[in-house]
Amino acid sequence: MAQAFTKAMARNIFYGGTAFFFLLFLALTFQTHSVVPQRDNHQAISDLVAKGKQVWEEHDCIGCHTLLGEGAYFAPELGNVYKRFGNSTDAIKAFIASRPENGVPGRRSMPQFHLSDEELTAVAEFLKYVSGIKTSRNWPPTPQG
Amino acid sequence: MKYQSQQVAKLYFIAAIGLFVGQILFGLIIGAQYIWGDFLFPQLPFNQARAVHTNLLIVWLIFGFMGAAYYLVPEEAETDLVMPWLARLMFWIFLAAGAATILGYIFLPYADLAKLTHNELWPTMGREFLEQPTITKLGIVVVALAFLANIGLTILKGRKTVINLVLMMGLTGLAVFFLFSFFNPTNLVWDKYYWWWVVHLWVEGVWELILGSILAFILIKTTGVDREVIEKWLYVIIAMTLITGIVGTGHHYYWIGTPEFWQWWGSIFSAMEPIPFFMMTVFAFNMVNKRRRNHPNKAAVLWALGTAVMAFLGAGVWGFLHTLAPVNYYTHGTQITAAHGHMAFYGAYVMINLAMISYAMPLLRGREAANSNRSQVWEMWGFWLMTISIVFITLFLTAAGILQVYLQRFSDNPMPFMEAQSKIVLFYDLRELTGLVFLIGLVVYIASFFVGAKEAEAKTDGEEVVTA
Repeated sequence: MAQAFTKAMARNIFYGGTAFFFLLFLALTFQTHSVVPQRDNHQAISDLVAKGKQVWEEHDCIGCHTLLGEGAYFAPELGNVYKRFGNSTDAIKAFIASRPENGVPGRRSMPQFHLSDEELTAVAEFLKYVSGIKTSRNWPPTPQG
Repeated sequence: MKYQSQQVAKLYFIAAIGLFVGQILFGLIIGAQYIWGDFLFPQLPFNQARAVHTNLLIVWLIFGFMGAAYYLVPEEAETDLVMPWLARLMFWIFLAAGAATILGYIFLPYADLAKLTHNELWPTMGREFLEQPTITKLGIVVVALAFLANIGLTILKGRKTVINLVLMMGLTGLAVFFLFSFFNPTNLVWDKYYWWWVVHLWVEGVWELILGSILAFILIKTTGVDREVIEKWLYVIIAMTLITGIVGTGHHYYWIGTPEFWQWWGSIFSAMEPIPFFMMTVFAFNMVNKRRRNHPNKAAVLWALGTAVMAFLGAGVWGFLHTLAPVNYYTHGTQITAAHGHMAFYGAYVMINLAMISYAMPLLRGREAANSNRSQVWEMWGFWLMTISIVFITLFLTAAGILQVYLQRFSDNPMPFMEAQSKIVLFYDLRELTGLVFLIGLVVYIASFFVGAKEAEAKTDGEEVVTA
């Protein structure tokens, strides 16, 4: 680098740039907070949905599935599973409840979690709530996730 | 090694390598589960094995960073570590907590681990990479605070250098942004939004400060180039990192219920994220070309140059590949992401740790400057086997990802997920085979610590090189 460009200048760009762009990021976050309530389906959040999210988390569902595209890539996307299952929480519950204990020979299988009926309902309601979040361009691109 | 207290770094480096082995073994297990879906089922379901793979990675990289800090901070500050006993104590606490958590992932159903650790009191579990029980997370905070106090006070006591300052900022940022892991609202949009403040602001933010400062340290030591020059480069690189990387977080805010404007901010800023990585490559090669001496530790120089190149390819190029919103619309959450993740983590963070270990370990083990020639030859074989393997793993996953996107999202009749997976299993076979080569590379790398240990140190070709 040219001699005219000194270490002090580089340092100032670092501190100034970091401060400026972090503040910009905070401003964009602030703006996000004002817009998200129109699209996050928060009106659907109930105690049951909260319970469902906890069931979701305590079985580490994200360790195989993606949810709105984030998670592991071993099992299907679930952000739109409610719609894929014909807008039916019962179908979701039935699927989870019917997983075979010892899996399917040679194939990937979801574990049998022995969820109670209340837990099944809760996690299905959670997935229903997620499907109501308005994502940009209605991501995922297809019903298959 | 100039200060006795630097010796604590050795513990951290040994633990890091041990956990690295575990990470790779579990990588092979989950890679096998992609091929044979019922492998180890139901004893070890994919999600638990994957948590072991990813969490071991994170933990061993942090062990490595801590070891690097304990080694280089006293040397830069020109004073002994203020509390070497605390560094030792925290090592055992961190190792025990980490091991207990990993064993929990392996031997307990995850829901039982959640119950055992009373996740309901403060639910933070079950989010990707943050699977640790809340009590483990609290332990991590305690260890981090003790660690920061130790190196912070050492820095305050001694000589202030840019390298120490940047490293301290990176490590402080690591601890501060980890605090967002305790924030877990029911509202999924906000859960995800702030989850990225840990994950993105770590790996595409403050960790790059750690990477940059360690790389700068190694280059000063091995090339003898003037500190002023290296520090100026370091400032420019980390400036570009944070200028592009902070707002670049927006590339995670395309499809999670956040507003459309993020598609512009995220695309534009993250498209510039390769710039600091490219500068790092130019920097490393420039400094080595301008070297004032030939350092006898050729392996360390190889790792330093390797990390500069591979970080650019993995984080820079493979990141750019799917970072623009119109592309990411199709690739988000597919094997493309996995491809990028593997080469970026290896190139940027695995290799910088191995570079530091390569530089410091001979000194910690009582050598003047370097291991014997034979030991270095083994180490460099390890370097090439692991690095070439990760390149091919990335290429195979990229191929799998392109096909997955086409079959599942792009074609006229989108296929269900599992059907699409069955069409691309060939690439999972190839990935697993390449993973075995990686493991061989790792074994060769570890063997290099024992081979030629009693032989004389490698010598330089010439004492001084002519400076241009």
